[in-house]
Amino acid sequence: MNGLFRYIAVLAGDPQADRTVPPTGFTARLTVFTAGAMAFLAVFALALSLATGRIADRWESELARTATLRISAPMDQLDAQQAAALTVLETTPGIASARALTAEEQKALLEPWFGPDLPVESLPIPRLIEIVETEEGYDPAGLRARLQAEVPGAVLDDHTRWRDPLIAAAHRLRLLAVVAVVLIGMATAAMITLAAQAALAANAQVIRVMRLVGAQDMYIAGAFVRRFTLRGLMGAVSGTLAGMVAVLLLPSTEVAGGFLTGLSFQGLGWLVPLAIPPLAAIVAFFATRAAALRTLRDLS
Amino acid sequence: MIELDRVAYSYGGGELFSDVTLTLAPGSFQFLTGPSGSGKTTLMKLCYGELRSTSGHVRLFGQNAREMGRDDIALCRRKIGVVHQDCQFLDHLTVAENIALPLTVAGRGAEAADYLADLMAWVGLTHQANQLPPELSGGERQRAALARAVIVSPDVIIADEPTGNIDWEMSQRLLRLLVELNRMGRTVLIATHDLNLIRAAKAQVQSRVLRLTGRRLQVAGVDL
Repeated sequence: MNGLFRYIAVLAGDPQADRTVPPTGFTARLTVFTAGAMAFLAVFALALSLATGRIADRWESELARTATLRISAPMDQLDAQQAAALTVLETTPGIASARALTAEEQKALLEPWFGPDLPVESLPIPRLIEIVETEEGYDPAGLRARLQAEVPGAVLDDHTRWRDPLIAAAHRLRLLAVVAVVLIGMATAAMITLAAQAALAANAQVIRVMRLVGAQDMYIAGAFVRRFTLRGLMGAVSGTLAGMVAVLLLPSTEVAGGFLTGLSFQGLGWLVPLAIPPLAAIVAFFATRAAALRTLRDLS
Repeated sequence: MIELDRVAYSYGGGELFSDVTLTLAPGSFQFLTGPSGSGKTTLMKLCYGELRSTSGHVRLFGQNAREMGRDDIALCRRKIGVVHQDCQFLDHLTVAENIALPLTVAGRGAEAADYLADLMAWVGLTHQANQLPPELSGGERQRAALARAVIVSPDVIIADEPTGNIDWEMSQRLLRLLVELNRMGRTVLIATHDLNLIRAAKAQVQSRVLRLTGRRLQVAGVDL
């Protein structure tokens, strides 16, 4: 608790003390620009993280309780096998519903590849049955065994084969986005540290005079820390707002479609990037404080 | 107050001085003379903790300087007013802000208003309060440096060649200010080459003259 009060005291400081450090020119602009650019990038990394999280959740929830039964058989046996399969499915514990896709639905599925005029009825196309599980779920191995005995042409696809890699990829992408946010934070800290060190080195004579008249290290460091924290905050506010506007202006799903258009924040997600400016200020505070105390030690 | 006991200081592989013993007793007035390069400025820096001795003991207000941290030294500096030959101002602050700087860094900036006007009148810089240091003449800078040194009512005043860049009349004026401070109980140590200044001071105040030469500190005789 005492440490917290000490940090607050450094930030509150003495307005007169800030005048003792002369304006630091390019380091000021460098800090504002760096914090702004990093905050802008952080907004996109956060948006990516949240979007991939949403996609992974959706795939998990929407696909986890569904399966597809595909029946491949000679044309004259298809109806019989379909009826047998539906009977098996209706009597299998853990299956909430099973429904054969209509000819129109199958046609719609194939339309992107074969066009709208495909004569589905006359082609030996497998029949598809959509299965929805109950919360408890069914036993896939047991169901496969029953189907093998009663519906020889049936193949159960519980989506695991292609769903799991997609969800894993989405999770990995979210992790990468989080790593990007962390790297952005570290890069911000590094740049602000360099700027603070340059400012301190340029003010070696000021520091010498302040020491001569009895200034303690924390007093001298405080003047620099307040200045760089404020600049970090200002830059991050600008960068965050610019990033949020850019995300807001991304094309809508209806216009362009595809994954990237889902990148925008949704609902309370718009509040998440507002955490960037205070976090940037905290990073600036500790980076400058460490740099200042180290430089003051070296200058003694 | 400030004691140096058999102190030596080496620099760049060579010994600047050794076996130096010096006491700045309360209320004393002392001069430090010696040829250029003899180590007067270094000796004074040892007295206010800017440098650490190579050997021997330096005690600042009862504390062993070698065991003091940077912040402890800073606190000690608030009891020591230092006047440098080159004054050492912050050129982006006004003269008044520079003079008030010791109070500002001590967190007593609000008190500056109480002292500043009188102090600036005392050193004759009332009209220069809002000027920047580079706009001052040599004498004005020295007086401003003296005002900054005394604004926190230090126990000790250390002045390194305070009259080095100013004319005789201004030297006399600065000397009178220092003598006046000594009469108010302040301890004064002045490093100078100016024998006329020392003679003038001896006519006004009881003082001792120390001579740093041949790497040793000696008490100078009366035949200055």
